[in-house]
Amino acid sequence: METVLISVLNGLVYGMLLFMLASGLTLIFSMMGVLNFAHASIYMLGAYLAFTASQFLGFFPALIIAPVVCGLIGAAIEIWGLRRVHHNGHIAELLFTFGLVFIIQRLVQMTWGMLPMAYRVPPVLDFPLFSLYGVNFPAYRAFMLLVSGAMLLGTWLLLKKTRVGLIIQAALTHPNMVSALGHNVPRVFTIVFAGGCLLAGLAGVIGGNYQTTEPGMADSMGPIVFVVVVFGGLGSLAGCVVASIIMGMIQTFAVVIDYSISDILRPLGVVFTGDTLFTEILTVPVARIGALLPFVMMVTILFFRPRGLLGTRDT
Amino acid sequence: MRSRWWLILMLIVVAIALPWCFYDWTHHRHAGFLISMLSQMGMMVILALSYNMLLGQAGLFSLCHATFFGIGGYATVHLLNAAGSGDFPLPMEVMPLFAGLTGLALAILFGSMATKQRATAFAMITLGIGELMATSALMFHHFFGGEGGVTTNRMIDNSLFGLSYASGLQVYYLILVWTVIATALMYYLTLTPLGRMANATRDNFERAQFIGYDPRMVRFLQFALSGFFAGIGGGLYAITYEIVTFDALAAPLSANALLMAYIGGTTVFGGPILGAILITLLQSGVSLLSNSWLVYVGVMFIAMVIFAPTGLAGIIKAHDPIRQAGRLGSLVVPYLRLAIPSLSLVLGFVGVAELMSFLTIGAAQGRKLVLFGGPIDVHATLPWAISAGALLVGGLWLRFEAAGFHRVWESLTTEARR
Repeated sequence: METVLISVLNGLVYGMLLFMLASGLTLIFSMMGVLNFAHASIYMLGAYLAFTASQFLGFFPALIIAPVVCGLIGAAIEIWGLRRVHHNGHIAELLFTFGLVFIIQRLVQMTWGMLPMAYRVPPVLDFPLFSLYGVNFPAYRAFMLLVSGAMLLGTWLLLKKTRVGLIIQAALTHPNMVSALGHNVPRVFTIVFAGGCLLAGLAGVIGGNYQTTEPGMADSMGPIVFVVVVFGGLGSLAGCVVASIIMGMIQTFAVVIDYSISDILRPLGVVFTGDTLFTEILTVPVARIGALLPFVMMVTILFFRPRGLLGTRDT
Repeated sequence: MRSRWWLILMLIVVAIALPWCFYDWTHHRHAGFLISMLSQMGMMVILALSYNMLLGQAGLFSLCHATFFGIGGYATVHLLNAAGSGDFPLPMEVMPLFAGLTGLALAILFGSMATKQRATAFAMITLGIGELMATSALMFHHFFGGEGGVTTNRMIDNSLFGLSYASGLQVYYLILVWTVIATALMYYLTLTPLGRMANATRDNFERAQFIGYDPRMVRFLQFALSGFFAGIGGGLYAITYEIVTFDALAAPLSANALLMAYIGGTTVFGGPILGAILITLLQSGVSLLSNSWLVYVGVMFIAMVIFAPTGLAGIIKAHDPIRQAGRLGSLVVPYLRLAIPSLSLVLGFVGVAELMSFLTIGAAQGRKLVLFGGPIDVHATLPWAISAGALLVGGLWLRFEAAGFHRVWESLTTEARR
């Protein structure tokens, strides 16, 4: 029971972190039709910037500064890069952001070096919040939940309840009409791209000290986030929330399940012996293949529902 | 048309003769580095060309191409081991064919899922598939050997021509033969109705649908066949290195296939060949010297995406009308005028990038930046100022010259068209 409860909490924390990344990606995609491959790189940049800023100014100013810088970088990418390749079609845009991954990755290594940074949880938040069956739940994780929850609420309010959100939504479906009404549609696109990068940067700030701030963090996070976005359905924000939480839960629960397929079949009288690839797949415990599960889930859902969990349209 | 056949023939002759041009007659030894580089080029040509069957010909941006390359490699390693122990008497020369069939089988399996979608969704799904396979390779030791990979011995003593494949040169010629065969087959495919329909679905898939073709089927066939050819490349990889680790199917190799195909030029059939040769050459040269190799490739790639989406081969092809009009000579001076600021820009950029990387990565490795015969202090202001200056001046000057070049180019092309 206690493992289940602790895993649920941890899964929720990880899932909300995934959501912060995936929501920016989904927003950009549903607005502009561009899948930003460099999204996880911006996340990494956010963590590094927050580390540097927190050394001089402390954690809480860094919580504001790093995402804003990431947003500005995003705006620059949109204005000087994406807009120029836009007329060459979607593939060119994808390729452009794909090239950015290499550059940001290496620039980060060139600026901060190859070693992990000592980006730690701020002392104010470094205490156990409560204790469950003798296991402490760190206050910082609760803070992460708070920030991501506030972000979810903020994004939803901005998109659904404000005039800006209305224009953004209109520009998504009827760009020409919005343009004819006197709104600057390219600027709306820039704002959305910058906003998505800002969210990624924010995720980097709070994720950088939850995980480790090192040059490989974009590579390890990127594929999972893309899986979340595809799993939830490309362009669907609601699907994104559900998929993030599911992925977070799966990843944390996989670590504590020590059963394999053959363990389930054993009571039925089926016993596997021998040393082949087939028996290896059947006898490997779930805990060992935890990293594999998101991709298996993605392939499975695509097989049965190509649009993803809550997706409404084919791309 | 005839000149193209001459070009192909010349390429093959050069590829055959090149190892002998660097033969060490005093010690009767081949240049090992050259032969391994040429072998690598052969595999990469197959990989890049098969990748272009997707990106260039069908407009599919795949991110799991190395999966099929790698699975071909793993299959070959296991086949070689079986052949070595006598369980599977098969001559060496046909091993790559079986590697290709493995690639085909896996591509049929994954293709049936991935080709349900196109464009962005297709890219995402292939990314997931690529990660799925790379992660499995690390987890399942029986087939993939985990992190250590699977090793083999290529001297199975079973050859159609009585060769032992003990030396790198024999392996290189095997690679060359398979590269020529695969390239010819892939070229032939572009002439078949399937190749034409792939182009049609790339350009306008709705219209292709209206004519009565199923774009999904076209995508699927193209995907499966490109997996076949990638598998052949992987088989050659396994034969050359006698070890296959998960690097052979991980994401960096997929990215490499994309870079080679795109930088070479996706719109011309021969473009990826050019890209594969160029990138392999740069990789074996520059990556040994510099830590910032990926930055250069990335910047080159992005510059191509923005300014020259047709790639290097596309740029060369754009000169055709001017060449036919016999006015190629009048482009020499404008090109020279472009060259000077470009050189300054490139040198400035390399300078800044190297200074930056030596400040952090180089310091961690304990290496010093040595240039012009002496060590350079990366903390001093002067080298930074010179590099930044060269970068800025070169950039501004190039903008100015590019405008002039554009005018000359426009007037020449209108003249050639007339």
